[in-house]
Amino acid sequence: MKRAAGDWLTASGHYLWSGWGSLASLGIFLAIWELTAQQLGPLILPTPIEALGTLHGLFASGAAGPEIAVTARRALAGFGLSVGVGSLLGLAAGVSMTASMMARPIITVLVGMPPIAWLILALLWFGAGDGTPIFTVFIACFPIIFVGAMQGTRTLDGQLKEVARMFGLSTWMKLTDVYLPHVVSYLFPAWISALGMSWKIVVMAELLSTEDGIGAALAVSRSHLDTAASMAWIVALVGTLLAIEYLLLEPLKRRVESWREFASSSN
Amino acid sequence: MLEDIALNVGEGEAVALVGPSGCGKTTLLNLAAGLLTPWEGSIASSFARPAMMFQQPRLLPWKRTLANIGLGLKACGVARAERDRQAAGLAARMGLTADDLAKYPGALSGGMQSRAALARAFAVSPDLLLLDEAFSALDIGLKSELYALLAGERTAHGSAVLMITHDLMEAVRLADRILVMSGSPGRIVAEHRVDTPVAARDEAWVFARTAEFIRWPDIRAAFALPPLEGA
Repeated sequence: MKRAAGDWLTASGHYLWSGWGSLASLGIFLAIWELTAQQLGPLILPTPIEALGTLHGLFASGAAGPEIAVTARRALAGFGLSVGVGSLLGLAAGVSMTASMMARPIITVLVGMPPIAWLILALLWFGAGDGTPIFTVFIACFPIIFVGAMQGTRTLDGQLKEVARMFGLSTWMKLTDVYLPHVVSYLFPAWISALGMSWKIVVMAELLSTEDGIGAALAVSRSHLDTAASMAWIVALVGTLLAIEYLLLEPLKRRVESWREFASSSN
Repeated sequence: MLEDIALNVGEGEAVALVGPSGCGKTTLLNLAAGLLTPWEGSIASSFARPAMMFQQPRLLPWKRTLANIGLGLKACGVARAERDRQAAGLAARMGLTADDLAKYPGALSGGMQSRAALARAFAVSPDLLLLDEAFSALDIGLKSELYALLAGERTAHGSAVLMITHDLMEAVRLADRILVMSGSPGRIVAEHRVDTPVAARDEAWVFARTAEFIRWPDIRAAFALPPLEGA
């Protein structure tokens, strides 16, 4: 356990260390923000320092923590649901040619349907509460993950499938030793884009349907014409998303896909 | 695609199928391996544990070499420690170092990958080994090394071999019986026994025998070579 945690820290550390270039571009972004804010004035665009100051104030007063937790809970619940259901169904659909052909038009409809339309339906079905944002997130993320899992299964090298049959691998072994290691390289990018999607969708759903969460807080700050607070909430939102993606998913991806780097670097 | 094929491989026997590209050799081998099912006709096998080595090494790129060699053993339910031990022992005989075994296949040279693929096939102690032009892409030094390893493992386990190749010399060197196939539709047009024991076949013998072989009219016809002058 302790060793796993240590490995985890090392993996995250390596990843962050490799991120100096990204930090530099983030710095440039902040500089442009600062310059623009100085030109436009605080009512239209507060400076990064003001936004962070307001955010700090929100944390200090105890207002930010619970709202972020509520939003994170909803986003992760919807995201988790779609990861579970989407990955499993996508894998299953990828194994069968018929199933993937049948799934294609349905997925096209799901991808094409704007999330706001789902939100309206969800409001009618679930009312104001957790159900609406969770459902909207789930239904928006589901097709992305489903397609990722399906593509991954479909693109597995037929030659390796023959090897699996020749050596008499059981269904379980085929899944864990042959299919999954290949499919994760399709699943992970899909999970990461779905995670980003879930964070955007949850705020939109909260803005229109709930009394708490970052979305609802944004609605309040908008009605008070409080640009600094709006920016503070947006920073909180993006910050949480970045933290989850770069501290959790990326190191995990690097670990699972380590064979790729070894294979390409040492030959 | 195939027509009137009657093929029988006895216990411990090495049979080589030679023929031009596209004559259906691979189809026939895949039928024997059970990877394809015939539209007509039947295939009966009393071999309990067939294993196959393909033209490409076909190692799983996400498993280290040791785990790749032990794949068949894992499928047979051999516990991890035991299969690692067996795989490492076999790999050492195949000339793979401990360092190679810890690498992913993508980091190995083509020759090392082929050794690993041969080791993976032998790991399950097959009573029938199917070789699908397994050595055709390798350099001659490596080929002769792998031939020796194959011969050694065969005598140790008494496994039968069914190999397909378009390399006559390989067939002459390794097989007890050589079947000549010709294409469209694929059928067996000739059969030749090689009675000299594999261990007694030295280079000179193999060269002489192959040269003699390639003069035979049925072989020339199967490979669409022009008839020899005065033959």
